[in-house]
Amino acid sequence: MNADVMERPKAAMSPKEIIARRVAQEIKPGMLVNLGIGLPSMVANYIPNDAGVFFQAENGVIGLGARPPEGMEDPHLTDAGGGFVTAVPGAASIDSAMSFGIIRGGHLDMTVLGGLQVDERGCLANWMVPGKMVPGMGGAMDLVAGAKRVIVAMVHSAKGDPKIVPHCTLPLTALRRVSLIVTELAVIEPTHEGLVLVERGPGVSVEQILAETSAQIIVDGEVPEMRIG
Amino acid sequence: MRKAIHPEDAAALIPDGAVVLIGGFMGVGTPERLIDAMVARGVRNLTFVANDAAMPGKGIGKLVTAGCVARAIVSHIGLNPEIQQKMISGEIAVELVPQGTLVERIRAGGVGLGGVLTATGIGTPVEDGKQTIEVDGKRYLVEKPIKGDFALIAAQHADYAGNLEYSLTAHNFNPIMALSGHIVIVEPEMIVPIGVISPDAVKTPGVLVDHMLTRAA
Repeated sequence: MNADVMERPKAAMSPKEIIARRVAQEIKPGMLVNLGIGLPSMVANYIPNDAGVFFQAENGVIGLGARPPEGMEDPHLTDAGGGFVTAVPGAASIDSAMSFGIIRGGHLDMTVLGGLQVDERGCLANWMVPGKMVPGMGGAMDLVAGAKRVIVAMVHSAKGDPKIVPHCTLPLTALRRVSLIVTELAVIEPTHEGLVLVERGPGVSVEQILAETSAQIIVDGEVPEMRIG
Repeated sequence: MRKAIHPEDAAALIPDGAVVLIGGFMGVGTPERLIDAMVARGVRNLTFVANDAAMPGKGIGKLVTAGCVARAIVSHIGLNPEIQQKMISGEIAVELVPQGTLVERIRAGGVGLGGVLTATGIGTPVEDGKQTIEVDGKRYLVEKPIKGDFALIAAQHADYAGNLEYSLTAHNFNPIMALSGHIVIVEPEMIVPIGVISPDAVKTPGVLVDHMLTRAA
């Protein structure tokens, strides 16, 4: 969406930018995609405007556009985080039943969500920390249960604590195995055999990934580096 | 034909202890003037059913701040630290429901269904204490219908037949809640003559609407 951002050299990339750029490569022309709030919403910055991708915001728009210039906000056009947005040509506004019908009914090609923990089964926990943070699940449980592909976009560890763990200790968002985990250090694919390392982050070694991951990781031969930027 | 009423007269209809369905998503599409009138009246012990609790100073957040609420059925309270504090202190009992399940429970309540079957929430704390049913080899939660004594909704346009039209992301829960409140009160941004809203554009037929608020001053 923003040419300046797309052409910045990769040496200047923050962990979140690395993650957002890598996730963007998973999005194919013509897809309907729902991006969670926070880091996942950054992914839209790396999708070309002419890719024919429609973004859904679960509060009720298909065809979400960029933030409007100041003074041109419509109080009735916001994203799921409550921020002002625009709608692209071809957009549709829908009510919550239609919105979640699309999500649960298998019409949503992909959702990108943040994560607190993902485990060796590929199960995601991302909605509460008992006793500390109880914001509610919002649409996350429906998104994970219903989207065709679920991509977890998160920094690899939380202040030194691994987030990719043998078994989630936090309450799950769904039992469904997520499709892909993208961090600044690694791209990991959960399979029925376990978590498979498919790519390394820029300049990151396999040893470093294993050291920052408490879950068992399957490393099969040479692991390529992410191609981003 | 319907006569529009003032917000304070609408608020006077809502007794303490009522179950109110309130439209809106983070305050977008919420009947703001009606909420102001409820706060001014000092209604107490409400159970509200809504997507979220907005934020302090906006929409449902004002009811929370003013101590009007005893119980909440919501999908998300992350942007309202006040309701989180009141949940922890025990002042407000909060039931968290996945958003897609919440809207379908409300719809079920309004369209004569005994509940909904959904796979959302299976294997999570949402499953606790609920019946599950297997259909064609897949397991579903049985989620019960929700009805309100009142539905308090917002619309872009109303005509004097009560027909409603909504705008962009201000649809959200409003058209669904219009089915599920025993008494439906709408706060339109504009009231237009009958015929201005095309029958094809009507999202909530006027027969569902009991009262509408006068235009904003």
